[in-house]
Amino acid sequence: MLKDKDRIFTNLYGFEPCSLKSAKARGDWSNTKDIILKGRDGIISELTESGLRGRGGAGFPTATKWSFMPKEPTGKTHYLVVNADESEPGTCKDRDIIRHEPHKLLEGSIIACAAMGAQVCYIYIRGEFYNERLILESALSEAYDDGLIGKNACDSGLDIEIFIHHGAGAYICGEETALLESLEGKKGMPRLKPPFPATSGLYGCPTTVNNVESIAVVPTILRRGPGWFSSLGRKRNEGTKVFCISGHVNNPCNVEEEMGVSLKDLIEKHAGGVRGGWDNLLAIIPGGSSVPMLPKEICDNVLMDFDSLKSVNSGLGTAAVIVMDKSTDLIKAISRISYFYKHESCGQCTPCREGTSWLWEMMEKMANGQARVDEIDTLLDLTKRIEGHCICALGDAAAWPVQGLIRHFRGYMEDRLIKTRKKIMVEN
Amino acid sequence: MTKVIIDGKTFEVEEGLSIIQACEDSGVEIPRFCYHERLSVAGNCRMCLVDIEDSRGMSPKPVASCAVPISEGLIIHTKTDRVKSAREGIMEFLLINHPLDCPICDQGGECDLQDQSVAYGYGASRYEQDKRSVENKDMGPFIKTEMTRCIHCTRCVRFSSEVTGADEIGAIGRGRDMEITTYLDNAVQSELSGNVIDLCPVGALTSKPYAFSARPWELKHTESIDVMDAVGSNIRIDTKGNKVMRVLPRVNEEVNEEWISDKTRFFSDGLGLQRIDRPYLKENGKLKEVSWEKAINVLSNKLLSSKPEEVASISGDLPSIESVYSLKKLMNFIGSPNIECREDGSKISGNRERWLFNSKFSGIEESDGCLLIGTNPRYEAALINSRILRKSKESNYSIGLLGKENQLNYGYNFLGEDPRTINDLISGSHAFCSKLKTMNKPIMIIGQGALTGNSGEDFLNLCIKLASKYNFLRHDWNGFNVLHNVASRPGAMEVGFLPESGGRNLDQILEGCNDGKISTLFLLGADEVVLGDTSDCFVVYLGHHGDNGAHQADLILPSPAFNEQNGLYLNTEGRVQESVRATFPVGDAKEDWEIVSMISKKMNLDFQINSFDELRDEIFKSFPDLKKFDQCILGSLPKEMKNQNIKKHKFCNAVENFWLTNSITRSSKILCDRNQFLAHEALEN
Repeated sequence: MLKDKDRIFTNLYGFEPCSLKSAKARGDWSNTKDIILKGRDGIISELTESGLRGRGGAGFPTATKWSFMPKEPTGKTHYLVVNADESEPGTCKDRDIIRHEPHKLLEGSIIACAAMGAQVCYIYIRGEFYNERLILESALSEAYDDGLIGKNACDSGLDIEIFIHHGAGAYICGEETALLESLEGKKGMPRLKPPFPATSGLYGCPTTVNNVESIAVVPTILRRGPGWFSSLGRKRNEGTKVFCISGHVNNPCNVEEEMGVSLKDLIEKHAGGVRGGWDNLLAIIPGGSSVPMLPKEICDNVLMDFDSLKSVNSGLGTAAVIVMDKSTDLIKAISRISYFYKHESCGQCTPCREGTSWLWEMMEKMANGQARVDEIDTLLDLTKRIEGHCICALGDAAAWPVQGLIRHFRGYMEDRLIKTRKKIMVEN
Repeated sequence: MTKVIIDGKTFEVEEGLSIIQACEDSGVEIPRFCYHERLSVAGNCRMCLVDIEDSRGMSPKPVASCAVPISEGLIIHTKTDRVKSAREGIMEFLLINHPLDCPICDQGGECDLQDQSVAYGYGASRYEQDKRSVENKDMGPFIKTEMTRCIHCTRCVRFSSEVTGADEIGAIGRGRDMEITTYLDNAVQSELSGNVIDLCPVGALTSKPYAFSARPWELKHTESIDVMDAVGSNIRIDTKGNKVMRVLPRVNEEVNEEWISDKTRFFSDGLGLQRIDRPYLKENGKLKEVSWEKAINVLSNKLLSSKPEEVASISGDLPSIESVYSLKKLMNFIGSPNIECREDGSKISGNRERWLFNSKFSGIEESDGCLLIGTNPRYEAALINSRILRKSKESNYSIGLLGKENQLNYGYNFLGEDPRTINDLISGSHAFCSKLKTMNKPIMIIGQGALTGNSGEDFLNLCIKLASKYNFLRHDWNGFNVLHNVASRPGAMEVGFLPESGGRNLDQILEGCNDGKISTLFLLGADEVVLGDTSDCFVVYLGHHGDNGAHQADLILPSPAFNEQNGLYLNTEGRVQESVRATFPVGDAKEDWEIVSMISKKMNLDFQINSFDELRDEIFKSFPDLKKFDQCILGSLPKEMKNQNIKKHKFCNAVENFWLTNSITRSSKILCDRNQFLAHEALEN
């Protein structure tokens, strides 16, 4: 279990104010100048050593991502874009970071800009996060007034500007290239890759898009040293992570824990356990709505990090743990998730546009018991035809939850379908 | 050249191609819906997925071949199970919400979705739910919509922003609710909008005038050229029996790429309306049908009783080189010097380089700046405007306009509408000169609207002076371009249908008609001239439509329209092209050379034209350059001339109304409706 001294987000619950003064008292902004003066290579090599992997879902090593930015000036503006369009169902970590630790994000942004030679940073915040935007804006103006951002930021000699942009409420704008399109004022539709944003991103300039949490942990890592960070967690899955535990637990919460903590411990210790006890558990979605669910047998032993969850055909995603006890209608639950993806598909590419709505319709039929048993195979085949054929990952994200359901609960689905059919026959 | 391996065979293809282009060049077919070589890559249909393999091994998932560039030694698989299943999947997805209404769909028989579904589809659908239906959009009188059929390839959207520049079509909504629509549900206004009908791979956007009138396999195709403007777009005329059903573009990279303007696409119903099918003679103020024999009799008697200098002829917008040449021959044998082809009063003359689009259309691509003088290319040559639009998107490409201010769908530096500003440009005192100086290969496009009036020729000379002052004219670059807006003019100029020494020009001929100095006037398809009081003048109209020219005539002789006879045309860049007979002439119409031959015989003149081939041979003998089919016959660099007084010069609009420019378009109900519709929309907004 993570010790209090190893916590990065010491004010995650907002027991202290989020003002600059209070943030400084917690150690933020204390030696930012020294960190910046480590230079691009210094920062990136320390970050590589720390083993930090992106916290937005895909788990790509952050330092590697930063190193893709052009080393020499290209004559164009280089951008850092912070993805605060947190909309994955079940996920609420970035919201709490912005609410209670906005200065960690701002400081991280300045350091990331320095590490990539970026002059401008945009923070793209989800449209629904109205209050959080106000908090972030006031934190930004405090930091500007204090000379931490802007011309000669933190007295480092670098000019770095940060702007806050709020979205208009589309899940797809959390996809990095759709986010850039939206930021440019266009319809939020993912771009084709390549070119990757590091070559041609915002307004055709080199751009890196990072998740809020990935950026916010950077100052503490560099301050306490990469060795400290990599001593936590397991190999290739180092450090700490904010987990969002929701659903049928006694005490839903956000909690910062060591990577590789066991799922059972996480729920028992921090969330007050599953409603009605561990044995009342039916399934858990371990990483936000887009990853396949796990049945209780796997949840008993699985560890919460990128690689162990991958080995059980699921994923850490955003580490949003959605707990479902035995009172849950699993098919209905996944159907609701399918509806979400149907509603949020941007409509650009065929498999996702047509496939997500078909999936949802099939899932509704399954939930109501109106489908035939052989349609489960059709449904599975359908998810395979969406997966891997789309421009962005939304299609995959729509397919995986359904695949997870069929993989682990096929019997459960067949029972439902057969029972309903029998019931209808008796009634007639 | 780059080496790629496609399905186990090695091919050498050009560098920098995308996978889909490389496969196409190598003869490997890849199905696609959204990809179009002339539009930006969208990669959204996902039909063109292929597997690739490089040094790191097989790609983890299939890639969109339209969006991925080739690299040396790339291994492309188009026939793996994964690719096959991906294609089947996409086809199935596209079809779940596509109505199965092929029997009543105009796209049937030439539908990409139909064809590819047969070739790559699953054979059956597993979709059992209700299909989506989408409300139709009103896109105006040309484009019929059936939006339920839309497969969201966004070709029309990209066309609208990239080729027309009007940005009228877009998508709203997301996911399954995404719909293609026009801005605020307005009708599309662009002059090129009809091309979305060809672009649409399914039957969502079809031609409204052509709706339900024919099936593609019933049509006879004739490859011809268009005469609605002087671009000389290559077209395919589709006929059923003796009726022109529709006009489609043909690919010609140098001329029209693969677009045509809406006027070209939709004029065809005009070919069946207001036609002159037999000779008419005015007796006691009323036109009466007469036989050819009587008509020629009356005419030759009239000619025999007139002095040569009392005879004049004006040729119009549509006649071919053969027609113009034979009438010129008649005038020469009568001895009349009063011949004129510049029906709008333009003062172009002299060598070819003084009135051709010398840089050719392809020169626009090469150029690095553009100066428009007294022209509205959007109306005068919509396809040229589209080429300029494409260049305008490049950084550092500046465009100046000296002339009437117009909406051209791209930004330009407006230099005012005072022609005398050209003196400031020549002297270098104008602000735009700093930009002109930096251009290495600039082009100048002068419209006919800048060259009318008494000082038209002087103004043209000043333009040449301006061109020589900057980089427009260099030994390796000729950026001096005169833009014509009527199809017949460059050809007529080439064969010299111009006043001979002592002859009257347009204004003088018109004056002569009114004061009795001209007793016989030939109008060869000339419908744009206003003659005024012609009570003392015998006006003979040779043409095919009962339009302005026929209304003013005393004798009407029917001749075929351009699609009913073969004929040579020069386009504005001096390209020799042939218009080919697609249908037969209506009624008793005789080709212009036949009419001339009949007159000559009756008058006992010393020449005969026995056949069309003979006539053409004679033309080739006198003008050997016209033998160079599909080549541009260009002159040298234009030379500066003196006499440059333009004190009273004024610009006018060469084309006031894009839709109604000649007798065929004015007879077309579709184009007239379109014109009214526009006026109505203008009132509403």
